[in-house]
Amino acid sequence: MATYTLKVRRFQPESGEAPYWEEFDVDLDPSLSVLDGILQAKDRDDGSLAVRCSCRAAICGSCGMKVNGSSTLACKTQLGEAHEAANRRGGAEAPPPRGADEEYEPEPSAGGVNPIVVEPMGNMPVIKDLIVDMESTHWEKIRRVTPWLLPHGEPPEREYVVDPESMIDITQSMACIQCGACVSSCLSMEADPDFIGPAALAKAYRFVGDPRDAETKERLHDLAEDPHGIYDCTHCFSCIDACPKDVAPMDQIMRLRRKAGEEGIEDPNNGHNHVNAFVKMIEKKGTNDEALLIQESYAPGIKGKLKPSKGAIKGLAESLPTVLRAIKTGKARSLPKLIPGIHPKLPGGAQDEVKAIYAHAEEHREELNLYIKGEEGDEELGASEETTEERPQ
Amino acid sequence: MPTHDVLVIGAGLAGQRAALAAAEQGVSVGILSKVHPVRSHSNAAQGGINAALNPGDSWESHAFDTVKGSDYLGDQDAIEIMTREAPEEILHLEHLGVTFHRNEEGRLGTRAFGGASAARTYYVADITGQAIMHVLYEQLMKHSETVARYEEWFCTALAMDEQGECCGVVTRNIADGSMQLFTAKAVILASGGNGQVWQPTTNALICTGDGIAMAYRVGAKLMDMEMIQYHPTTLAGKGFLITEGARGEGAHLLNAKGERFMERYAPNKLELASRDVVSRAEQTEIDEGRGFPDGTVALDITVVPKKRVHEALREIVLVGRDFAGVDITREPIRIKPGNHYTMGGIKTDVEGRTDIPGLYAAGEVACVSVHGGNRLGANSLLDTLIFGRRSGADAAARAKRIEGSRPAPGVLEAEEASIDAIVAREKGSGRRVSEIKRELGETMDKHVAVFREEAGIQEALETVRRLKEEAKSAYVDDKGSVFNQDVLAAIELGYMLDNAECTCVAALERKESRGAQYRTDFPERNDAEWLKHIDLQRGDDGPELSYSEVTITQWEPEERKY
Repeated sequence: MATYTLKVRRFQPESGEAPYWEEFDVDLDPSLSVLDGILQAKDRDDGSLAVRCSCRAAICGSCGMKVNGSSTLACKTQLGEAHEAANRRGGAEAPPPRGADEEYEPEPSAGGVNPIVVEPMGNMPVIKDLIVDMESTHWEKIRRVTPWLLPHGEPPEREYVVDPESMIDITQSMACIQCGACVSSCLSMEADPDFIGPAALAKAYRFVGDPRDAETKERLHDLAEDPHGIYDCTHCFSCIDACPKDVAPMDQIMRLRRKAGEEGIEDPNNGHNHVNAFVKMIEKKGTNDEALLIQESYAPGIKGKLKPSKGAIKGLAESLPTVLRAIKTGKARSLPKLIPGIHPKLPGGAQDEVKAIYAHAEEHREELNLYIKGEEGDEELGASEETTEERPQ
Repeated sequence: MPTHDVLVIGAGLAGQRAALAAAEQGVSVGILSKVHPVRSHSNAAQGGINAALNPGDSWESHAFDTVKGSDYLGDQDAIEIMTREAPEEILHLEHLGVTFHRNEEGRLGTRAFGGASAARTYYVADITGQAIMHVLYEQLMKHSETVARYEEWFCTALAMDEQGECCGVVTRNIADGSMQLFTAKAVILASGGNGQVWQPTTNALICTGDGIAMAYRVGAKLMDMEMIQYHPTTLAGKGFLITEGARGEGAHLLNAKGERFMERYAPNKLELASRDVVSRAEQTEIDEGRGFPDGTVALDITVVPKKRVHEALREIVLVGRDFAGVDITREPIRIKPGNHYTMGGIKTDVEGRTDIPGLYAAGEVACVSVHGGNRLGANSLLDTLIFGRRSGADAAARAKRIEGSRPAPGVLEAEEASIDAIVAREKGSGRRVSEIKRELGETMDKHVAVFREEAGIQEALETVRRLKEEAKSAYVDDKGSVFNQDVLAAIELGYMLDNAECTCVAALERKESRGAQYRTDFPERNDAEWLKHIDLQRGDDGPELSYSEVTITQWEPEERKY
């Protein structure tokens, strides 16, 4: 048993007052959760402290909030851990929590008396204390992706017969409990509130990846052509960190992008081609040939053909200021060395080694799906087990 | 005054299935829940759902296992219906998009479960309840034109007309505190069980027996309220659930000496005997000093291949890691029996009809009874879906048939006044709601648990009656309207106390041991006197007792061995 201080951002809509901070001391075992702490404060000190919660076990998805600035489920965050995180965050030197056992050993970087900071989720309007309006934000976005199966024709007499791996594959998105932690953490949504967002796009993958759904193509076009759709994600990994169920929403978005690419849908950011240009260039030359990167990204294979598309010409032209700045600041080589065709080769047989790495990677294409693979770094489940999917780019 | 043909209270599996089934009949449907539907406790059903769908399996076999599991207290006509209709329901869910586990041929695959004579449990990893519920919610979103959703609305009372028929419900919109009287031609209660009456419990904080208490208060009969399931594998302290699927996948139960003790209690089925049997075995080991000092035994999942654990027991890996600090793939985890499921509930027929016209009940809130004295694992999801669907269809038929009536005057005003009175209680006028709730939970877990005897149950009943008095003056801090959870907790406390009183009265009455009711003072099953249901109805001085026959179709009671 130890005493922890929770610093809660409160908002009482009927008081007419602005949000404020209030500290509550709670006495609980370090292994108990931040939600247990909030509920103790509510039970003992102030029943008006509002928080959605139900299962206490990271299943119902009610208690999404920010703990020490990170979006998470309060029931899944242990008080002891949160205390240490608060002090790492505050950087203060100070004693262990009051009343802690004598054997209490803080992590080297821990200590300190910074309270555990508890706030409502971000990117959603606050209704009261830790309760946010998910309906007008999160659920509106979920409904945006046509979140139900669209099979064609009459269902079969028995079950649909499908590849067993495909069901395990989409079970990762099915594991989503709609808690909103990813939405709360999403940096793209902070910049563009209309971004469909990580939760809804993960939900969309659940249908796109489902072989029983007959509208895959339509769904991909819809999500790709919406300016707030799959290409609005900036690949920042925040949602992967925030997700309490290992759904890895960003991975699902990248899978949608890859499937869109396979469908021949043009990526307005040109990201897919850009990645491919890199991959091919390194395979061929071992290092980045800056002279070719941009044109290969926008118009793969134009060298010698001189038939770039309109989009490619526009892309190349728009890239020019960036190229000039890169040369000026030394990020790209200066002009004479940028002439195509004079890129140096790797010494000796090094290029063969690069090719061998590619061949190995090709043989061990893996998807990080926790229902198949287990934890990262789990050696016994490591690279020897193959799956049919490739790792998202 | 919002009006629907059919109004469903509760939006877990039973409620959502009922709403969809009613809407299919072309009537107007409202579904109302005190939490957002996907927060409902059906989420927590991990292991799977039973159906005799495999070649070589039969509904008769499923039905017999269920009858035997119920310790012959289940009504066999209802069990026959449930097991016969199970395969079609599984296929329906599959067609709607549930991502059921597949075998190598890409067809539906099964796992083994307790008390079953065949592997007939269909599953989605160990998130089966969640996966099905989210798919049903997808369907509710799809059918938003025919099913109106009232998310985060709390029910305080059923509304009755002058003829004593149920015709609506009084509700509070949690978001703004406004009170509304909803009217309907049929009301379906699908609000779940009462696990929060016990502490600890595997149940979510929302499982406060609301529907059971509301029905009881308007005079509906309750049945088998003494039958409370203790699940064999819950975490000590917090009471979190470890799915029976773990044992289905081959995990062992070990005492502190490392003995696989189920060999002595159920030599054939071992860990996969029915839940009451396994829970009693564990409690006996613990009580006789062969458990660990913290009052637990061990569940050893390390014997299950690691790849299989990650694929099929993923949630349990997380529960072990996050809530017990144990890597279940490397070491055994400490568990004990814990409160889990309400077999009893509102007495219904096989169409979900209670003995009050217009009032239906389905799922854990109801007692059809398909579970009798002990529910088999993976039969609860099935119960919710089959009887949710049947209730929805029958309620829709009623709505088409009748004119509809108006609630007796004053019901809304009475509820408003009662809430105002709670809010008006002065600080310091009584105990805190949370204190009373804690005392209730600890009392019930001590005296009305795996092993029971007269003096203990009597003591629990007296405590409950004292707490009922204390609850009348329990005060709340929150005086506001927006998300006033404090006032809702006070109302829920009242619901829980009614549930507890009924359970104690029924547990005292049943002087035998059957299923989850094990009386150390009456350790034998006594078919001659007690092969019957105990019915309870509200009277002036608490619950009044009566009895009803158990329906037996083709399986005569016999000795139960696993």
